[in-house]
Amino acid sequence: MIEIVDHPIDVPQVLGSVSHPGAGGIALFVGTTRNHSHGKEVLYLEYEAYVPMALSMMTQIAEEAKARWGLHAISIVHRRTRVDISEASVVVAVSSSHRKEAFEACRFAIDTLKKTVPIWKKEFFADGAVWVDEEGHKSLEPEA
Amino acid sequence: MIRVTVIFFARARDLAGTEKAVFELSPDATTSLMMQVLVDRYPALRELQDHLRLAVNRSYAAGTAALRDGDEVAVIPPVSGG
Repeated sequence: MIEIVDHPIDVPQVLGSVSHPGAGGIALFVGTTRNHSHGKEVLYLEYEAYVPMALSMMTQIAEEAKARWGLHAISIVHRRTRVDISEASVVVAVSSSHRKEAFEACRFAIDTLKKTVPIWKKEFFADGAVWVDEEGHKSLEPEA
Repeated sequence: MIRVTVIFFARARDLAGTEKAVFELSPDATTSLMMQVLVDRYPALRELQDHLRLAVNRSYAAGTAALRDGDEVAVIPPVSGG
């Protein structure tokens, strides 16, 4: 399952989606939203996605991981729009015959997603909001 | 002339002040020319220019790529999903 959703992610459902009788293990990564950023309190986040391209790249990442580690199944689900603190913003689930492949493929999938997939996060503070740039360039802009 | 549709995301959209625009370019236009045209039209984008990537028809353009009539060009600031 490869999805971008506007509602809370049903984590057990994503986990169940990679269930396979040949699997010796499932690795599950759940990215959650932090309540702080550079010492400031974050009230909530908003995610924006270039949906068709993001879905296509998430599918490519899943296919590459599947081929490279011989996985049974892989699912990647990301949220869009407002996400409250502590909620899951992204879930990656991977099943394989042995745990080593599951851990490695899961890490590859989330790392590659964060670096390449056109999705953006905006942090909202009491006094404004910023688009987050993982490379570290930030600029504070007052809320309109 | 060729017509391409440009869509802006996240901070690039805020700086450009629009989410979509149509441009007419010469038939030999490339993504490099497109970037120049974009910062000329939306000077506020200049501060982000070194960090912007262009995607053509939903794939990142590698280096300088030729543009064709009807292409969809996306202006992609540094991503921060996850």
